[in-house]
Amino acid sequence: MASANSKKINLKLKVWRQKTREDAGRFEEISAQEIPVDASFLEMMDIVNNRLIKEGRDPIAFDHDCREGICGSCSMVINGNPHGPERGTATCQLHMRKFHDAQEIVVEPFRATAFPVIKDLSVDRTAFDRIIAAGGYVSVNTGNAPDANALPVPKEKADDAFNSATCIGCGACVAACANSSAMLFVSAKVNHLAVLPQGEPERERRVLRMMQTMEDSGFGNCSNTGACSLACPKEISFENIARMNAEYMKASIKRRD
Amino acid sequence: MKLDAKTPSGPIAEKWSKHKFEMKLVNPANKRKHTVIVVGTGLAGASASATMAELGYNVVTLCMHESPRRAHSIAAQGGINAAKNYQNDGDSVHRLFYDTIKGGDFRARESNVHRLAEISPNIIDQCVAQGVPFAREYGGTLSNRSFGGAQVSRTFYARGQTGQQLLIGAYQAMMRQVDAGGVKLFTRREVMDIVLVDGVARGVLARNLVTGELESYAADAVILATGGYGNVFFHSTNAKMSNATAIWRAHRRGAAFANPCFTQIHPTCIPHSGDYQSKLTLMSESLRNDGRCWVPKTPGDQRPPEQIPDDERDYYLERVYPSFGNLAPRDVASRQAKFRVDEGRGVGPTKVAVYLDFRDAIKRLGEKIVSERYGNLFDMYEKITGDNPYKVPMRIYPAVHYTMGGLWVDYNLMSTIPGLHVLGEANFSDHGANRLGASALMQGLADGYFVIPYTIGHYLAGTPLPKVDTQHEAFRAARAEIQGGIDRLMALKGSRTVDDFHRALGTIMWDQVGMSRTDVGLKKAIQDIQKLRSEFYEDVRISGEKSYINPELEKAGRVADFLELGELMARDALERKESCGGHFREEYQTPDNEALRDDENFCHVAAWEYAGQPGRTNWNRHIEPLSFENVKLATRSYK
Repeated sequence: MASANSKKINLKLKVWRQKTREDAGRFEEISAQEIPVDASFLEMMDIVNNRLIKEGRDPIAFDHDCREGICGSCSMVINGNPHGPERGTATCQLHMRKFHDAQEIVVEPFRATAFPVIKDLSVDRTAFDRIIAAGGYVSVNTGNAPDANALPVPKEKADDAFNSATCIGCGACVAACANSSAMLFVSAKVNHLAVLPQGEPERERRVLRMMQTMEDSGFGNCSNTGACSLACPKEISFENIARMNAEYMKASIKRRD
Repeated sequence: MKLDAKTPSGPIAEKWSKHKFEMKLVNPANKRKHTVIVVGTGLAGASASATMAELGYNVVTLCMHESPRRAHSIAAQGGINAAKNYQNDGDSVHRLFYDTIKGGDFRARESNVHRLAEISPNIIDQCVAQGVPFAREYGGTLSNRSFGGAQVSRTFYARGQTGQQLLIGAYQAMMRQVDAGGVKLFTRREVMDIVLVDGVARGVLARNLVTGELESYAADAVILATGGYGNVFFHSTNAKMSNATAIWRAHRRGAAFANPCFTQIHPTCIPHSGDYQSKLTLMSESLRNDGRCWVPKTPGDQRPPEQIPDDERDYYLERVYPSFGNLAPRDVASRQAKFRVDEGRGVGPTKVAVYLDFRDAIKRLGEKIVSERYGNLFDMYEKITGDNPYKVPMRIYPAVHYTMGGLWVDYNLMSTIPGLHVLGEANFSDHGANRLGASALMQGLADGYFVIPYTIGHYLAGTPLPKVDTQHEAFRAARAEIQGGIDRLMALKGSRTVDDFHRALGTIMWDQVGMSRTDVGLKKAIQDIQKLRSEFYEDVRISGEKSYINPELEKAGRVADFLELGELMARDALERKESCGGHFREEYQTPDNEALRDDENFCHVAAWEYAGQPGRTNWNRHIEPLSFENVKLATRSYK
């Protein structure tokens, strides 16, 4: 089938290679030849990997799945930016038309103590699941729910909750943060549920437990630079953090468990 | 093989209530003595895990992703149906039941579909209670929109990210149970086999995708909620890791595979643009609420869309289906797009696309409202194509999206292997030959929150289950077999990559087992697939090692299974000598090119029993007759 745009470019990749968790790791220079500009960044990686396999070399390991910017699997730092240079875009939705011929591209994993590298660009982000398990939910067993329209929620509140709830849990906020803090991730969940009446009964317990688990998992503290929000592929607002700090203060004063 | 659907007796609207009362219960103290394995953490798997743990069962949940929240349900865009009738527009449980049966072109089981419609309102209640931020009106009540194949507004949504919000709700409910100890969660595990003891499902064998080790898990029952098999086509809207391996290995162990050829080709996807492409991206059906599909009236018209005046445009869905217009169901809308391209009236550089135009909606509603409704979809379209859909019409074309076929299950969602239950897209039960938009999310959550928690108890209470642990001989035998298969693949050291084979299979499937099928083409597909499969076992090259994370090895196992499943899909399509829903046989069509069903000979479910030998595939075809007592068998019309 004919291509919509037949233009192709060549690139010089410097890719982080690390065989195992314990391996020290290093950069490897790999050329990417004849890359169609309509390809996505991950499709470019596919092309490179297929060539490496044919040459008997180890392909580059990276996490990916939906390739639609919603599953949160892809996790690469591209030329210093988590998910690359384009605002509000996950790596899978970044297209090669944003790069120019002969450009050098440095590709690294999301780096943080709490996200150990498994191999190459693939990291372990299970710490995020632990934070959700600590309180990122409404405790309502199946079958307990009243009619959905029995509790009206103003549109503005529903929209506000939705905006926080669009977080895809990719961890770009942690990778962008000088302190490897997970505050944007945690605050997005805290606010999603704090804004809604359904989240009210557990709001204090939730914020305290989630913050404690964040700390215990090895994430750092927030120093209010806002780098997290700039790197976020869903553009989760930095305001979430300020609102969570207020939640946390209130909860700490009211409950000391 | 005996197919007993175990449909309860009595009037359709009372079957489920009656069955719920008649089913055996497990008392609370005994529930904690039972272990149930759940494979997959999409809507069906996560909701089932959470709910069963709430009831007190020990749940062991496995998923192939690094986090359960990454399951592909997350990518569903448009919405979820429910018979709430909040819009006062005449909806009811019976109407949702009727629309689903008709939408499925009378190839689904009435009893299961009615239960789905009955449960649908509870799903919305549950999700709202969890804090799922559905779209709302200024007064604080929930909003609805319309979807294809329905004339009422019953679709609940959260902008274009409904699947994400519902999955996060189910994931959070499950993580709450992980914290409470009711669910033991194992991530980055891929199920490679179902372990049977005395013919009963008693566990699974999984590969730890990080360490490469094969691990055994024993239980009293096994639930597969592993999604569909659309990736057999290589290019589909499915996520890259979505696969059929768990259901296929179950099939090889004795679970019948029902209606494998029933594939949904979704009408509105971003068209294929080059050989490098790894997947196709869906543009939600909700866009057809306001977008209008058209092509130029004159074949080969080269003018840019804005220079083609209205009277030289063919708004073909509005022309052919005046009562449903742009909201014709998916199978119908896809076929019409293909007809236009086949007539030489396709658009864009490849000519394999049609327009989906928002010009009139923007004129009527303004850019702001259009952006509120579809903003994230418009942005996604622009990122992928580089075109701005506020200014130029979208170019779209059908792509493989969903598989209605799957493992055969009875009314209790149990397969033909005792103890093996199958939920969500992985089973075949509710959508017949065509699924209506916004019904996949409904089915996944119905199965997980409201059906399996009841029927699993009935199974456990009524089945003698001698104690089995992972030291049992059956686990050792399965492990040796799976390890042998992995060693054999790794030893090949051929010259072609796994992706090469997968793409080649995809081309065969799309050309011969895709939107339009013929006797000649299907026979050719079967031969071509068999040939490709033998080449695969001679010439595939998998680099890396088997004892550590190795995505190439993972893909190879999945593609090996697709190479068998693809053949079965072609066989099923060949045997079903009629057209229905998404299954269109060119030989069987009405004078105006609509699907021509043959209720005399094919009003049944085809359930295939695996009868292959090592190195040779073979199947026996069984049937479950379908009877329609509550919806009259009629020619489906949307005109």
